[in-house]
Amino acid sequence: MSDNARSQNSLVAVRNLSFSRGSNKIFKDVSMDFERGKITAIMGPSGTGKTTLLKLIGGQLQPAQGTVMVDGKNVHRLRRGDLFELRKRIGMLFQSGALLTDMNVYDNVAFPLREHTHLPESMIRSLVLMKLQAVGLRGARDLMPNELSGGMARRVALARAIALDPMMIMYDEPFTGQDPISKGVLVHLIKSLNTFLGLTSIIVSHDVQETSAIADYIYVISDGKIIGEGSPADIQNSSSDWVQQFMVGSADGPVHFHYPAKDLQDDLMSAGKRY
Amino acid sequence: MLAFIQTLGKNTRASFTKLGRATFFLLHTITGIIDIMPRPRLLLNQLYSVGVLSFLIISISGLFVGMVLGLQGYYILSDFGAEETLGVMVAASLVRELGPVVSALLFAGRAGSALTAEIGLMKATEQLSGMEMMAVDPIKRIISPRFLAGFISMPLLAALFSAIGIIGGQIVGTGLLGVDDGAYWSQMQAKIDFQDDIINGVIKSLVFGFVSSWIALFEGYDAVPTSEGVSRATTRTVVNSAFSILGLDFVLTALMFGDD
Amino acid sequence: MQHSNTQDTLVGLFVAAGIAGLFFLALQVSNLSSFTEQEGYTITARFENSGGLKVKSPVSAAGVKIGQVSNISFDPKTFESIVKMRINAEYKTIPEDTTASIFTAGLLGEQYVSLEPGGADEYLKDNGNIEITQSAIILEKAIGQFLFKSAEEKK
Repeated sequence: MSDNARSQNSLVAVRNLSFSRGSNKIFKDVSMDFERGKITAIMGPSGTGKTTLLKLIGGQLQPAQGTVMVDGKNVHRLRRGDLFELRKRIGMLFQSGALLTDMNVYDNVAFPLREHTHLPESMIRSLVLMKLQAVGLRGARDLMPNELSGGMARRVALARAIALDPMMIMYDEPFTGQDPISKGVLVHLIKSLNTFLGLTSIIVSHDVQETSAIADYIYVISDGKIIGEGSPADIQNSSSDWVQQFMVGSADGPVHFHYPAKDLQDDLMSAGKRY
Repeated sequence: MLAFIQTLGKNTRASFTKLGRATFFLLHTITGIIDIMPRPRLLLNQLYSVGVLSFLIISISGLFVGMVLGLQGYYILSDFGAEETLGVMVAASLVRELGPVVSALLFAGRAGSALTAEIGLMKATEQLSGMEMMAVDPIKRIISPRFLAGFISMPLLAALFSAIGIIGGQIVGTGLLGVDDGAYWSQMQAKIDFQDDIINGVIKSLVFGFVSSWIALFEGYDAVPTSEGVSRATTRTVVNSAFSILGLDFVLTALMFGDD
Repeated sequence: MQHSNTQDTLVGLFVAAGIAGLFFLALQVSNLSSFTEQEGYTITARFENSGGLKVKSPVSAAGVKIGQVSNISFDPKTFESIVKMRINAEYKTIPEDTTASIFTAGLLGEQYVSLEPGGADEYLKDNGNIEITQSAIILEKAIGQFLFKSAEEKK
């Protein structure tokens, strides 16, 4: 598919985005498209500002330059009320789940419904149980967040994220720190939700295998720039050394194993000098 | 020397920007109170964790402070043969100063630090951020009810502290040391003025409740979202609240009881 | 939020206890119950010197508090002190020729107005005047006089 076609069908369009935190430039002139109904992944090593990108799309952070269009609206030009309206249609799954710790699973999933709708409690109950059923945790409704495993907490958070039937979901590192079974469950869930609910999904991750298995399109970012993009197959066969190192996970390559330091020989010989 | 001046300038700038953030935060919190009015359940839950959970420590401390006042006051007053005025001394010290101030300090230590830790942890675990992404304003939903609960609880706690303290003073003074019970109460009633003493004491505790809730909630909201950041913020809450309470107490006392 | 019933009860108890504390302070501890806004009438007395008398100082008769000072002002013509007193309504039968004196409760205590009833059949009414007054004893003056006198006697 040509780039032009992708950008025409995009739900989220990022254009010439720059963002810095202090003197640290996190994004330099980045442009991306996230297609409707597809799963688009952003990959890259830790600390490259992948989560920051999600916060920029959600309007929680202001970019230094560039625009983010979500469903035809410039996120950073919206008034507060309109931004909140837009956010009701965006689900976000945080790395930690971000469940409210003073409520049980049921109340957590019911939270957005109670805040934003005036539905009767009986209908909220049906909706909550349906969402919990979708993530396989209907039986866990009375548990408190601290009684859940990490994978279960993420599934509850996912049920909460789809409570208002959003048009898109952003996943922040959904696979990090999960055992293989939980990973498998989450991969399956993300894929099936995307298919059955017709969602647009954005996944931020550095788990190569899981992400490649479900993504339709992948951006690889490093050092504030896009260094590779394409379908998972394209990325696997990328000619870039850097992308190859990241995908295969080799210890040394364009990203060096050693933190910058002076020559080992010199360092060892300069004994007695304590800096 | 230059480095010192630079640090001074930097710190001044930092504290001014923090004050600015705190002011915006306060305004946002207060406007949020209007939005939570139709949902008394939110306030009720917070009255429980802010007020009811501070109830025990306040009552017990009030009792002991009153008993100590009774004992110390008796020793001093009996030197002048003025034991009958024990009631006045106990009541005036409690209603004017100790009630509002000590209960505010205890409140900052018990409820204030808990609020900071709670909000800070909610921030560290992305719960606040998560709410924002669910299009729920965390200041209105989380901060405003807690602020209002602190503001309401403080005068009630201070009144309890004073009332229990006066009874504690009576137990020691008339029960153990033999001050006349009638004199204890009648001297007190003759000297303690409703307007000047009781109302001013309530005003003090309202101010303290306002300030210490504000500090506790802001420090939590402004905390660096790590476990270390939250623990530092909790310490700052207790220290800053204590300073503000004692400093404001001086100012308020000078304004209220200045001319007489 | 499962225990919201117990929680509600405890919050209710807490608020009730706090309000009870406030009422206790207002009624049992302070003078709210005894004076403010009580029915009563005002009488005026002129003193040469009202000494350390203050607004809210007690007014008593035969040692019983029957009212309090409501206002003290200075008359620029007669150079006297005008003391207005609010007397409780229940004490209506204070004779017209009553004497008002300013005394001190104990050596260092506060000053108060003492009314000594006379024998007249007419009683003081609202805004009535007490004609016979005795000023406050100023301790410095009294000591000065005493020293002066004893110096004279020694001569």
